[in-house]
Amino acid sequence: MLEKAIKGSALYWIWLLVLLAVIGAGFGAYLTQLEHGLTVTALDRDVSWGLYIAQLTFLVGVAASAVMMVIPKYLHNHQAFARMLILGEFMAVATIIMCLLFVIVDLGQPQRLMNVVLHPTPSSVLFWDMVVLNGYLFLNILIGWVTLQAERKRVGPPRWIKPFIYLSIPWAISIHTVTAYLYAGLPGRDFWLTASMAPSFLASAFAAGPALLILLAFAVKVFAKWDPGREAIQSLAKIVTYALAAYLFLIGCKIFTAGYSMVPDKLAHWQYLYFGLEGHTMLATFMWVSTAAGVTALLILLFPKNRQSDNILAFACVLVLICTWIEKGLGLITTGFVPTPMKEVLTYAPTGPEILITLGIYGIGFLIITVLWKVGIDVRKEIEA
Amino acid sequence: MYDAKKIIPGLIIFALFFTFPFWFNLGTAAYTTPELELPDPEEHEHCIESTEYMRAEHMAMLDEWRDIYVRDGYQEYWSELNQEYFLTSLTKTCMDCHSDKEKFCDRCHEATAVDPYCWDCHIEP
Amino acid sequence: MKSSRRKFIKLAGLTALGWSVCPSLASARSNRYRKIPGALKADRWAMAIDIQKLSDEVMQKAIEACHRLHNVPDIDSRQNVKWIWVETFKTLFDDQVHAHQMEGKEKLPLLTLCNHCDNPPCVRVCPTKATFKRHDGIVLMDFHRCIGCRFCMAGCPYGSRSFNYSDPRRFLNNDELSPDYPTRSKGVVEKCEFCAHLVDQGERPACVEAAEGVLFFGDLSDPDSEVRRVLRDRYSLVRKAKLGTEPQVYYLI
Repeated sequence: MLEKAIKGSALYWIWLLVLLAVIGAGFGAYLTQLEHGLTVTALDRDVSWGLYIAQLTFLVGVAASAVMMVIPKYLHNHQAFARMLILGEFMAVATIIMCLLFVIVDLGQPQRLMNVVLHPTPSSVLFWDMVVLNGYLFLNILIGWVTLQAERKRVGPPRWIKPFIYLSIPWAISIHTVTAYLYAGLPGRDFWLTASMAPSFLASAFAAGPALLILLAFAVKVFAKWDPGREAIQSLAKIVTYALAAYLFLIGCKIFTAGYSMVPDKLAHWQYLYFGLEGHTMLATFMWVSTAAGVTALLILLFPKNRQSDNILAFACVLVLICTWIEKGLGLITTGFVPTPMKEVLTYAPTGPEILITLGIYGIGFLIITVLWKVGIDVRKEIEA
Repeated sequence: MYDAKKIIPGLIIFALFFTFPFWFNLGTAAYTTPELELPDPEEHEHCIESTEYMRAEHMAMLDEWRDIYVRDGYQEYWSELNQEYFLTSLTKTCMDCHSDKEKFCDRCHEATAVDPYCWDCHIEP
Repeated sequence: MKSSRRKFIKLAGLTALGWSVCPSLASARSNRYRKIPGALKADRWAMAIDIQKLSDEVMQKAIEACHRLHNVPDIDSRQNVKWIWVETFKTLFDDQVHAHQMEGKEKLPLLTLCNHCDNPPCVRVCPTKATFKRHDGIVLMDFHRCIGCRFCMAGCPYGSRSFNYSDPRRFLNNDELSPDYPTRSKGVVEKCEFCAHLVDQGERPACVEAAEGVLFFGDLSDPDSEVRRVLRDRYSLVRKAKLGTEPQVYYLI
């Protein structure tokens, strides 16, 4: 089926070339990082995780969102998603690969990454993160490919794939739960030491993932001339709405706990996040953008008329992505480290190389989505012709 | 043969790539064991093990030393050859005698295109 | 045999898989190794710092001794490395301060270093066991194994750990390296090791020696050790006691 990826329009090839250029630039920046070490980043002794881990955290949620279509389709026979499901699974593949790449570029000694496999440490959440992320990648590649092959041959998928599909449901929940556990179990980081981390990850995942899917589906309608179906998009839009509501509510809960208890250990982080401390206000500016985007998106999406208008829905989805990308990205990571254990306040602002490497990895992700979706959509066109 | 015009040239190119190491170096000098500058035999009679053993095993031995010393805390190694204990240390034992890295360690490593990263951290005398 | 090619590929794949699962034979460690006979032994090493006797001079001597012995680079940026350094009472014991503290006490300069916790979160989170707790309580780093993920830095509540963002030798005088301890490479995390390598040779940590009686080092499980004796005589604090990490550096007030 991969042969479908090497036959495309001029626009397809131009898009791939643009992506390859971005990837090339990112790769070049990564070579400087390998040469000089992570000193090329803006990370320091106090803020030791930054842009890369922020992307991992955000994308791991997006990757899990395929499950939001798998559950209705396979557990409840909701057929609206039947045609789009493969696209969700392929998006999960691309996003998980991005997650893994972000981990790799963040490592100080990436050539030793097999040490995590050679010396398994069950007490370490990072070990389990490696297990579940790779497992999810394998599951989605397997399920996606087998089901697509079967569809192409106009037969039902082989029976042995069903257990894997059912397994992928709790597994999808596990990937962002385990990633949330990376943060939620550290005694020294009060901003993260809350049980609401994993639920918040779930909520933002199920808002951001389907939002991205909706936007990509619109793109596919325009560029690939294939319509995933109005009902599928509308179902996804409803999921985004409810997930967004739950997500904003959870943030409100966290703010209440910090604000009402006024315990300085907790409150200081939230003050830094929304108002800045000691003159360091850069992150706060971004955070207000994030919250404004999220609240606006919710107010838009609550009304069915808005969800039913493609343009308004697309706009709201962009807002959802802005909101979650900031909050689950640097909003989460930097704030965990600032104020430091010695109560110092600082600003973390990524450097050029960091940004280039990040863009390069996003380029890889979009390249994989483009190629896999080309295959998936061309097969669907073949079937539906 | 189906598609013979593409297959045969393809096979030939593959064969050329695959046998590259053999034909590329034709005519150049054969590999000779590099000349190593050994420590003064008056001062140091033996290495901690025999030359044949060291030639074959020094990498595995140092790899074992790494974990034994750092993780298990065993600081001394019994040398049958010398009947005494030595510190499990690259800098303090091996390089105590083999103190000139360029004239000893590097000779073989460069000839065999091996690039150990030991000396990124471990100090050469 | 219609599917013979398919069967062959399946068989080949399974063989490759089976072949690659090579049993990692942890070869029985030869009994050719021993620990140095005069090593200091303990069940639970701990340190006590006498705040009353700390002075700028003593602290600088301790820091100098440690950083020099261990080739700790002197980096003038926020990407710096430090194993032992000076903080104030306020920053170390922020859970103990209040607005009307005795004059000058909040700004009191104090030494701080890795606490070698008995319940160390850094060890719990390390995915490769590159940081591990020894039988005698010292939390050590295995620089050969560290992948530089910095999870331990996120896990440490005390800010005790440093990462080598660049090659430390760029910030060291390569002609004056201390031969007794290697430098590290870029991309690994490091911290105070309670001078485990010295302890194993029968000596006390460099900072303790340099501080000449201001720092105490001993076995908590031995009621007669200098640390236990001094803890019986003086009121002491540990950093962030409520976190349950059980830090083993005691500040004698």
